[in-house]
Amino acid sequence: MAGGATRRPPRPNIVLRYVIRRLLAAVLLLFVVSVVTFGIFFYIPRLAGASAEDLASRYVGKTANEAQLRVMADKLGFYDPLYVQYGRFVKGIVLGANYNTGPTTVRCPAPCFGYSFITQNPVWPDLVDRMRVTGSLAVGAAIIWVLFGVSTGVLSALRKGSIFDRMAMGTALAGVSLPIFWTGLLTLSIFSYRMHLTAPGGSYTPITENPAEWAYDLILPWITLAFLIAAAYARLTRAGMLETMGEDYIRTARAKGLPERTVVVKHGLRAALTPITTIFGLDLGLLLGGAVLTESTFSLPGMGKYAIDAIVNNDLPKVLGVTMVGATFIIFANLIVDLLYAVIDPRVRLS
Amino acid sequence: MKRRPAVAAVAVGAALVLGFTACGGNKTTGTNQPNVAAPEFNAAVGKVFAPSTKKGGTLKFANSGDWDSLDPADTYYGYSWDFIQFYGRSLVMFTPKPGPEGNKLTPDLAETLGVPSDGAKTWTYKLRKGVKFEDGTAITSKDVKYAVERSLDKETFPNGPTYYNDFLDLQGYTSPYKDTAPDKLGLKAIETPDDQTIVFRLKTAFSGFDYFAMLPASIPVPASKDTGTKYKEHVVSSGPYKFETNELGKKFTLVRNTNWDPATDPNRPALPDKIEVSLNVNADDIDNRLISGDLDVDIAGTGVQAATQGKILADATLKKNADTAALARLWYVSVNPDVAPLDNIHCRKAVLLATDHDSYLRAYGGEAGGDIATSMLPPQIPGAEKIDLYNFLSKKNGDADAAKKELTDCGQANGFETNMSYRAERPKEKALAESLQQSLGKVGIKLTLKPFPQGDYFKLYAGKPDYAKNNKLGLMSNGWGADWPDGFGFLQQIVDSRVIRASGGNTNLTVKIKDVDDLLDKALQTTDTPAREKVWGQIDKRVMEDAVVLPGVWAKVLLFRSPNLVNVFISDGLGGFYQYGSLGKK
Amino acid sequence: MTALPQLAVTRADAPTRFLEVRGLRVHFPTDDGLVKSVDGVSFGLERRRTLGIVGESGSGKSVTSLAIMGLHKGGSARISGEIWLDGQELVAADQETVRLLRGRKMAMIFQDPLSSMHPYYSIGAQIVEAYRIHHNVSKQVARRHAIELLDRVGIPQPAKRVNDYPHQFSGGMRQRAMIAMALSNNPELLIADEPTTALDVTVQAQILDLIRDLQEEYGSAVIIITHDLGVVAELADDIFVMYGGKAVEYGTAADLFARPEHPYTWGLLGSMPRMDRDVRDRLIPIKGSPPSLITLPSGCAFHPRCPYAELDGIPCKTVVPTLGEGDRHGVACHIPPPKRRELFATDIAPHL
Repeated sequence: MAGGATRRPPRPNIVLRYVIRRLLAAVLLLFVVSVVTFGIFFYIPRLAGASAEDLASRYVGKTANEAQLRVMADKLGFYDPLYVQYGRFVKGIVLGANYNTGPTTVRCPAPCFGYSFITQNPVWPDLVDRMRVTGSLAVGAAIIWVLFGVSTGVLSALRKGSIFDRMAMGTALAGVSLPIFWTGLLTLSIFSYRMHLTAPGGSYTPITENPAEWAYDLILPWITLAFLIAAAYARLTRAGMLETMGEDYIRTARAKGLPERTVVVKHGLRAALTPITTIFGLDLGLLLGGAVLTESTFSLPGMGKYAIDAIVNNDLPKVLGVTMVGATFIIFANLIVDLLYAVIDPRVRLS
Repeated sequence: MKRRPAVAAVAVGAALVLGFTACGGNKTTGTNQPNVAAPEFNAAVGKVFAPSTKKGGTLKFANSGDWDSLDPADTYYGYSWDFIQFYGRSLVMFTPKPGPEGNKLTPDLAETLGVPSDGAKTWTYKLRKGVKFEDGTAITSKDVKYAVERSLDKETFPNGPTYYNDFLDLQGYTSPYKDTAPDKLGLKAIETPDDQTIVFRLKTAFSGFDYFAMLPASIPVPASKDTGTKYKEHVVSSGPYKFETNELGKKFTLVRNTNWDPATDPNRPALPDKIEVSLNVNADDIDNRLISGDLDVDIAGTGVQAATQGKILADATLKKNADTAALARLWYVSVNPDVAPLDNIHCRKAVLLATDHDSYLRAYGGEAGGDIATSMLPPQIPGAEKIDLYNFLSKKNGDADAAKKELTDCGQANGFETNMSYRAERPKEKALAESLQQSLGKVGIKLTLKPFPQGDYFKLYAGKPDYAKNNKLGLMSNGWGADWPDGFGFLQQIVDSRVIRASGGNTNLTVKIKDVDDLLDKALQTTDTPAREKVWGQIDKRVMEDAVVLPGVWAKVLLFRSPNLVNVFISDGLGGFYQYGSLGKK
Repeated sequence: MTALPQLAVTRADAPTRFLEVRGLRVHFPTDDGLVKSVDGVSFGLERRRTLGIVGESGSGKSVTSLAIMGLHKGGSARISGEIWLDGQELVAADQETVRLLRGRKMAMIFQDPLSSMHPYYSIGAQIVEAYRIHHNVSKQVARRHAIELLDRVGIPQPAKRVNDYPHQFSGGMRQRAMIAMALSNNPELLIADEPTTALDVTVQAQILDLIRDLQEEYGSAVIIITHDLGVVAELADDIFVMYGGKAVEYGTAADLFARPEHPYTWGLLGSMPRMDRDVRDRLIPIKGSPPSLITLPSGCAFHPRCPYAELDGIPCKTVVPTLGEGDRHGVACHIPPPKRRELFATDIAPHL
């Protein structure tokens, strides 16, 4: 069809400099996030008058005596000034650390987010493992919700007022309003336990082990999560399309003699998708930080559940790990979205 | 022994979901299998439901949270102490039988119960012969000694109970990882004169040492395979099953241990071929799966979620698959003698008399939640006596007149004001606090309710004597479950004044009675069991006389007994759990 | 030779002129009622000639041009009448046939070039697209063609600017680019809808010159739609004045400017600011406001605003006048022609 005029790309130096600036800002932001997390963890109990032993008492058995509390406080480093503890944390991430398992000492390679206060398992391998689960859940659901949400929105916009439009938007309203833990438990109980069509809650097989099994385990969480979000995207796309299709350049495109399909997709949808793309980037970034409700409902061992457990148990290394990883995803999602926006909309490209 | 608090976050959603599941009807027990018993409500209470010796099948467990620790040195939860019998044998264990027999200890790894000497300061056990680890090596007394030694290391294993630390004559021993002896067996308090004999030397006499021998800490651990904090990734089995896979935080599976000799083990029928445990499963999902038959056991043993409970009690068919288990757990309120005017015993008695006990019970779920407690010891604990000094049962809604009289006696005829603390995240405690506010308010005692976060409730707030005193916490919501169902296990932590730490973390918030301390010491030295049991009753009575605790509810839980299970019964010794080690698949 | 444009045509006649519109009606059913945007309009246009369609907003001029382009098809509009383009009837033709003519045989340029071009594609890409719909050539060939067009419409450095985006052009340059895009397929009919309204006065003249040059060069018929008489004075050969969806006056430009006969046209001329007039002289605005196209006034749609309505008992309020009421050129007015000329001479001309 048409098109094909080569675009002069923005000069590479400018883009590179912009990206580097953003990356530096990202590092600074991560630093701030970690400091704030540290602060919340240590200062708030201190405001309530808690001592190092009081903090340590969260991580010992019920009947620990004074001596044991002191030993635990010392082991976890609570006696050191905050900046020393923080320094240790940063050093672990950059250089790695050594840990005493009892009979031996093991090496925790960089990036070392420390060991859980509660389970004494290393945090980083757990995070990586959990990221895979959350990533599988998020990406799979994302593909489904974009495909269904956007196409439904486009069709609704083109057939505005029709029965399809009304039904689609009605369903979308339901999807946006129903809480995932309700739809999740409901779909599990119907499709998994009654009809035995899908996997029970808690099933997860890594894609590297068995791709077919992986997809089978995740199909229900994907659909349930995607339904929720597709609804929002359908409404957004519909609104965007309605707006775009009323623009003057659509009239020009038709006046040029373009077939209607090209007008809708190449001229209309392309413009309507811009805000959707940016929202998608942000949604995906957030979701990668942990789809908490979905993971809890389907008992998927992802980052969201990990975060909840960490917070409830006051497990600082886990909390720090999850927060940093989540923040990183969101920061990068923002960066990519900003870059993408400039790629899509030439009017936004600045020097 | 701890119970995981039930997390009831999505009750409404679950109720709606269950509405759907029930619509289709559920798979009821086999009507075409003549040999299997028909289910009945409470069929597993006090008796065995569907007794069976049939081997085979896969037993499926699920836990709504993470496992506290698979390492026998680091575990403190009741469900774990129940489940550990699949892969570990301690010196003694609770008799795997329903009813009061289950409260008695029986030898497991040892040939007989412990033999005391030296005025109950020394205890000797002889190990059975022919017991092996999963790799075929024979289990010796040295493996038991090593296991206990490592359990002493609270730096590496901070979560387990500290009874061995408290009672053994350690002489400065801290940990086998800091042990200078080449075989890492330097603890003098435990002797192993030969491979079958093990001798424990205590600092002070303790007549109930067999209960210590029941603890998972005495499950043997081969020193050569000990990897410290990593040992829980693969615990070497001494029981009928061994670990096949273990994904920490996710799930693990056990298969038969071919080196377990049933001839050495009268306590375990070892019916299933395989055991699967899923962790971190959504609590409502667990209930759905139990009812639909995809899951066999909810391992936490804290009962079904609130929505499911309502459903089960209302549906006659479902109710047949339910059991109410009595836990060795008391919900109560501590009455603080450090806070005026509760320093006067009459004012304290007024509180106990004015309380509406029925309303207290209703805050905890009514009949399904338990029974009105009239003293501290739950009735199933050996030695518990019927003590009702303040007519809780005859005056279920409180005795306002008697209360007013006591108020006059303590000089507060018009009542007084004080604060009441409770754990903010627990709706039952909030309901209790409000109920007390009402019932005490009728006689002029005005309560100001003060919620605190449950994570730090005992460490920083109610459990810290200075804080409680300075903030005038006259009444403090409390709860206690025994580590094991005997008087010592139940009472020691909550009535001994000497365990109260100024630094916080106390469960005993208000009981400081010299007579009680003396009675406790006496009991520790009484090796004659019936005589010892009598002392518990005396302690209970003495504490009640002082009115420093207001007992509320002896707790029960509603458990769902999956129709897939055979050989099911509730163990009183384990504290109201199904005996997991005896379960089989239909 | 000032041939009078043909007015009366019989249905059965085959059209003789390149573009012939007969009795065109475009009605839109809405929730508020039937909007009669165009209600019986007829005109014609030969190649190499320019027709100016003049009127206020809401007179139906844009709707007419969109109807010629076939851009109402597939929508809710009810179209009747005939549109003949080079011997082919378009109203009854199917959508696909007309679509293939759009951009090829007939092209259109719009009022606001910034909003009328897609912001995400370069000018070059959009021109290439327009070209490749109707010609099966490679991208490179099309691109070269685009650069040539940009050059032809007077855009400097066309080889560089072909990659620029619409927002990177100035207003005048943008309009030139849109013209280039419209001309990419050598259309025989070019419709320019308010081509200079959004531009500065100085740029206006350039654009109009460009259109005239291109018409000379390509020999196309041009329709200019505007509300500005100054624009049609420059370019148009014939002028078609619309009001309330109908024609009110239709004649050659020379005739209309020298001897306008409809009161509305007098109003348009009088309310047009002119450089050669004294600034102190007041403009003569037309009182009142344009009519609702759903509920048009009865009889002559202009009668509520006409100072001569019901003069001497003429049936302005009851009878709809037609273009045939003029003797020299088409005038839809009940005032007898002699009276009109007298009124023009006495009341209007002195003030113009």
